[in-house]
Amino acid sequence: MNDNNQEPIIILQDVCKFFGDFQALRNINLQVKKGQRIVVCGPSGSGKSTMIRCINRLEEHDSGKIIVSGRELTSTVKDIDAVRREVGMVFQNFNLFPHLTAIKNLMLALKLVRKMNKSQAQETAMRFLERVRIPEQADKYPIQLSGGQQQRVAIARALCMNPEVMLFDEPTSALDPEMISEVLDVMIDLVNDGLTMICVTHEMGFARSVADSIVFMDWGEIVEMKSPDEFFENPESERTKLFLSQILSH
Amino acid sequence: MTFEFLLILESIPKMLAGLGITIQLLFLSSFFGLCLGIILLLMRISGRWYLSFPAFMYIYFFRGTPILVQIFVIYHGFPQFEFIRESIFWPILREPFGCATLSLSLNSAAYVSEILRGGYLGVEKGLHEAGMALGLSKYHRFFFVTTPIAVRLALPAYSNDFISMIKATALASTITLMDMTGVARTIVSKTFAPYEIFIAAAIIYLIITWFFQRGFGLFEKRISRYTIR
Repeated sequence: MNDNNQEPIIILQDVCKFFGDFQALRNINLQVKKGQRIVVCGPSGSGKSTMIRCINRLEEHDSGKIIVSGRELTSTVKDIDAVRREVGMVFQNFNLFPHLTAIKNLMLALKLVRKMNKSQAQETAMRFLERVRIPEQADKYPIQLSGGQQQRVAIARALCMNPEVMLFDEPTSALDPEMISEVLDVMIDLVNDGLTMICVTHEMGFARSVADSIVFMDWGEIVEMKSPDEFFENPESERTKLFLSQILSH
Repeated sequence: MTFEFLLILESIPKMLAGLGITIQLLFLSSFFGLCLGIILLLMRISGRWYLSFPAFMYIYFFRGTPILVQIFVIYHGFPQFEFIRESIFWPILREPFGCATLSLSLNSAAYVSEILRGGYLGVEKGLHEAGMALGLSKYHRFFFVTTPIAVRLALPAYSNDFISMIKATALASTITLMDMTGVARTIVSKTFAPYEIFIAAAIIYLIITWFFQRGFGLFEKRISRYTIR
């Protein structure tokens, strides 16, 4: 999978981002190749979410370069929509469309963006609901589903667009503890099928078992990037050690 | 003072002669008000000052002056201008019905656009982002994500406005229009029995209001079904 000659799907080069005077990202450099699973962790406010939100331009970076599937992100609207089609995103708060049933949440973009007809969209949507193990909830509205079920629908909604890479922005942070594992199980399934992803999460067990690289961020910069074993056993920087001692102390 | 209950019953059928005008005023003004209200809303949320500022001024003007004054300005004021008398709109503006419809529509538009704006602002930011992340265009997001939700959020306030409009049509009687209130005033001037006649008029307004209230209630329930667990 990690053929070194392969062109990366995502390239971030010296990316900086400011919110007013506050610098949210400092010279971020990161490359993601097909099949790679990158887990991003770090204290809150360290720029993790901002970084992945820049990749599909939910935030605009101020300097540096972001290239996704060979397209550089600039302010041209057409390119942005094209990039967003190749990048799936799962949000902390699910953000399912409340007025549409689970299956229609999937079908909307299949019809409008992928230009499928109704029966094609329905069939595709159902296949992906099965993939996240929730086909029996297809005709329910989001509010009638549990948090874990909603997040699985949201994963299916992003996935059914057949993106080259998936971004997960703290997908389990808004869930009750008993629902976290059903979402992580689905994600592990996807990873085993070769999904390319960047996932911001505080679930260190998950990070350890699925990631091939862990990125640690603090103060808007990437402090270190290592394989999970190296990261947990042998962290270099003091900031990483502090962070790990805080989250692993319980 | 004598109070004749019978007179109330007798005058109700006569009053119904004005019902047609009242209902026409209501539907036409609400329809044009809604259309113009949507245009104003789009101008207001366009993010371009040369569109949003005129819309803002329009809304400020029509919410900031009494409807009665607006009706008088249009009915008594406009005909003074040569260019209005010569315009293609003169056949409409010459008639009190046209003037009343125009002023009620213009007034309603100001309120409706603000009501809809409330609905649009109530749609969670995360849903826009979800739409963007899926690659939906601005146009698709507006029609398939924002609008259905905004309509639900705005409906209670809109039905309130519609019901005020039922009553606002009565102002048309001040410019000689024979709507229900106009008919009532004519009957009063003949019978000198203001209590009975106006009570009869009030009863009819209450009945009309009840129907629309119920209709909006059912519609609200229908489009809100996805908010119930």
